[in-house]
Amino acid sequence: MAYTTKYNNPAVQRKLTLWEKLYLPEIVRGLLTTFKHLFRPKFTRQYPEERWDPPASFRGRPVLVQEENGVERCVACGLCSRVCPPLAIEVRASETELLKERYPVVFEINMLRCIFCGYCEEVCPEEAIVMSKEYELSFRDPSEGIFGKDKLLVPKAQVQDRLDYLAKMRN
Amino acid sequence: MVIEALIKIAIILFVVLTAVSYTVLLERWISAWVQDRIGPNRVGPLGLLQPLADVLKLLLKEDIEPRQAQKWFHWVAPVISITVAFTVLSVVPFGNTLTLGTNTIPLTIASGINIGVLFIVALASLGVYGITLAGWSSGSKYSLLGGLRSSAQMISYELTLGLGLLSVVMLSGSLDLNTIIHSQANGLWNIVRAPIGFLLFFVSSFAETNRLPFDLPEAEPELVGGYHTEYSSMKFALFFLAEYANIITASAVITVLFLGGWHLPFVSALGLSPLVLTIVGVLAFALKVLGLLFIFIWVRWSIPRFRYDQLMNLGWKVLLPLGIVNIVWSAFEKMYLMQ
Ligand code: SF4
Ligand code: SF4
Repeated sequence: MAYTTKYNNPAVQRKLTLWEKLYLPEIVRGLLTTFKHLFRPKFTRQYPEERWDPPASFRGRPVLVQEENGVERCVACGLCSRVCPPLAIEVRASETELLKERYPVVFEINMLRCIFCGYCEEVCPEEAIVMSKEYELSFRDPSEGIFGKDKLLVPKAQVQDRLDYLAKMRN
Repeated sequence: MVIEALIKIAIILFVVLTAVSYTVLLERWISAWVQDRIGPNRVGPLGLLQPLADVLKLLLKEDIEPRQAQKWFHWVAPVISITVAFTVLSVVPFGNTLTLGTNTIPLTIASGINIGVLFIVALASLGVYGITLAGWSSGSKYSLLGGLRSSAQMISYELTLGLGLLSVVMLSGSLDLNTIIHSQANGLWNIVRAPIGFLLFFVSSFAETNRLPFDLPEAEPELVGGYHTEYSSMKFALFFLAEYANIITASAVITVLFLGGWHLPFVSALGLSPLVLTIVGVLAFALKVLGLLFIFIWVRWSIPRFRYDQLMNLGWKVLLPLGIVNIVWSAFEKMYLMQ
């Protein structure tokens, strides 16, 4: 089956000039192009020493927002756990004397399952779970991949960037 | 005599093996620079110990032999490849004679050979056996296709190679590499006297060494790895070494035939002592080889692979006629211009 593409269709194809058909001059031109690139500034980032500071729109690992008074924003509604495509989130709710009345006793994200889709952040009514800028995650054992509240709670100031970004993009 | 030859073999093997591993590093650097990357720079200062790490990695890999492979041929193929690649170097003169006391040592391993050009051509055609055997004995269709392509390509381009070479032989009137080098001593290198011959030889060297743009036997996008698909560990390493040894050999041969070997113009006029002159010669030779290596690598990272039919068209319809024209031109040049 022969397909017609812009490369073999004579109607579209440009006739090569004699100079181009000679082939060698064009090869030299190509060589000169690559030669110029030998001396261009390099794009490589020397990773462990030079780290990347992601922009606010970056979706790193999801974290729970901790207010100034040390309490998490989450009201344990369970929506994030419900929407999470790979079922990575587990929330167990309980009651509290605080104004918000409910809080999560257990909040776990299995980071080996998380696909960084950001749905949890999108669905949360309290802006309590947001995507951070952290992208360096590695575990030596599968059990290390389950992040409890100790690892998930992050002071609000640290994720202010993302909160501002969400405020800007959501209205 | 024997001891002298053995010492020379030991030195050359050592130098060339080191050079091969550093050519790999050079290739990785240049490929990185062409693509605006940095390249290996972690192992040792500037990444200079990278070849060591590469070799260690290859040594520690498991040697897998496919069940459907022809054991003996599968084993012998990489050995043929590497042997041929290194043997060519035995006739290449990498310097003038070295005078130590009363002894005059010619800086070639097989210094007595006076048909060096024939020897090179003969071995170059042996090289294809390694690849074809590897392709056939692996019992895999990709390898087989790679091997077949290789043999077709080598046979086609050997003609061009020979024709390019013939112009040099005609101009210097000898098959002896030393005579060829001396005939270029006046600074008129063969690249000037036989530019078409140089072009033909250079282009077909790319085909003979299976380098891009003619690396169809390996063509990773279509043939996985070509003839060495089914090879692993040290056997793969031998093919890998052979490929780079071949580039070095080809560069050395081109230097001898077309770039005046160890000669540098105007150096003999400086009135240096013979020993210094010899050392300068060896360095000049190394420098020229290095330059050619750079071009080999540079071309690889600039020009896309030919299609198979394009390759054959170029070989038979363009280069071969050009080769014949070149022979006529060289004869004319020899008869009328060089008197
Ligand atoms: S980012 Fe996606 S996968 Fe990860 S926890 Fe949130 S909803 Fe689940
Ligand atoms: S959606 Fe928000 S408030 Fe609801 S459980 Fe998840 S993090 Fe907590």
